[in-house]
Amino acid sequence: MADPMRIRAQVSGDKATVRVLMSHEMESGQRKDAAGNTVPAWFIQEVTASLNGKVVLSADWGPAVSKNPFLQFTVKGAKAGDKLAVTWKDTKGETRTDEATVS
Amino acid sequence: MLRSIVGAALLLLACTAPAVWAQKTAVQSIEEYRAMLQDGNPADLFEAKGEDLWKQQRGPKAATLERCDLGKGAGVVKGAFTELPRFFADTQRVQDLESRLLSCMETLQGFNAAEIAKTPFDKGEQKTLTALATWIAAESKGMKFNLSQAHPEERTFYEVGKRLFFQRAGPHDFACATCHGQDEKRIRLQDLPNLTKNPGDGVGFAAWPAYRVSNGQMWGMQQRLNDCYRQQRFPYPGFGSDATIALSVYLGVNSQGSVSVAPAIKR
Repeated sequence: MADPMRIRAQVSGDKATVRVLMSHEMESGQRKDAAGNTVPAWFIQEVTASLNGKVVLSADWGPAVSKNPFLQFTVKGAKAGDKLAVTWKDTKGETRTDEATVS
Repeated sequence: MLRSIVGAALLLLACTAPAVWAQKTAVQSIEEYRAMLQDGNPADLFEAKGEDLWKQQRGPKAATLERCDLGKGAGVVKGAFTELPRFFADTQRVQDLESRLLSCMETLQGFNAAEIAKTPFDKGEQKTLTALATWIAAESKGMKFNLSQAHPEERTFYEVGKRLFFQRAGPHDFACATCHGQDEKRIRLQDLPNLTKNPGDGVGFAAWPAYRVSNGQMWGMQQRLNDCYRQQRFPYPGFGSDATIALSVYLGVNSQGSVSVAPAIKR
């Protein structure tokens, strides 16, 4: 199973800044291994973030996103104590969801 | 006539001002890039993994590392990093963080230390060591280096490390000091700290373990030093070898009083 994400969500005014670190290889499918064989593509394709169960961000990612990606965004109207969940799904169909409390 | 000269001068000033403002040195640009990366340092991921591994029952003995003595007593993690390498009475060796962790994995958890030492970096249990080192270093973030030189072995290691630092050899007739023996040198766009003296807070010894953005790898000091030797076209001294620990003692003692920023982020 994939390693957990690190999610930080901090309120400033009527907005919250969310910082997410994901643990993923993000293989582009463009690299070759030592034997000259193509390393198959394996990357996060879908990312969604939800605040108290309501989707606030959804993104389609491609192979150009770096290994162990960092995502930062702001959510309007988030208050301390709200639950912020982030989910990703990769090209192997593997998925991971982590949740953090807005502070 | 005068008016036109003044006019031309003003015009010149207007043209050059924004050009000067826009022209940043390569070093400034790199610093900006680093500052942007600082906020999302993926070392955090390894830190979390390391903390988890410390408390997990692992190995043939299914034990945790919570009784591991990193120099400040069994299980004490905070402040241990900034006092390593040091002499350990139980192993009768000067050990750095990573070689000490390996000893603990052997004695407490029953792992085969020799086998792990031979494992290439970033593979198998070496990944475990790097994650543990990242977390333990992070627990001493912001603290000042204070390496002991009380034991005769520790002083010997310092002297050996100093010799190794200046020893020129290999097909390129290289030494550590070739790149790290003078102020304000750089290789391509990377600033090279002068490690023959205290390079200051968060530089050199005080910046590793670090996450390297360009290859997405987390590196401990052992990998850093072994790779320095690779760049000098030397053979790897080996994981936890006396040579790498002696160099660590030399660098660590030179960094006395400097603040550790590890785990850092590198280009």
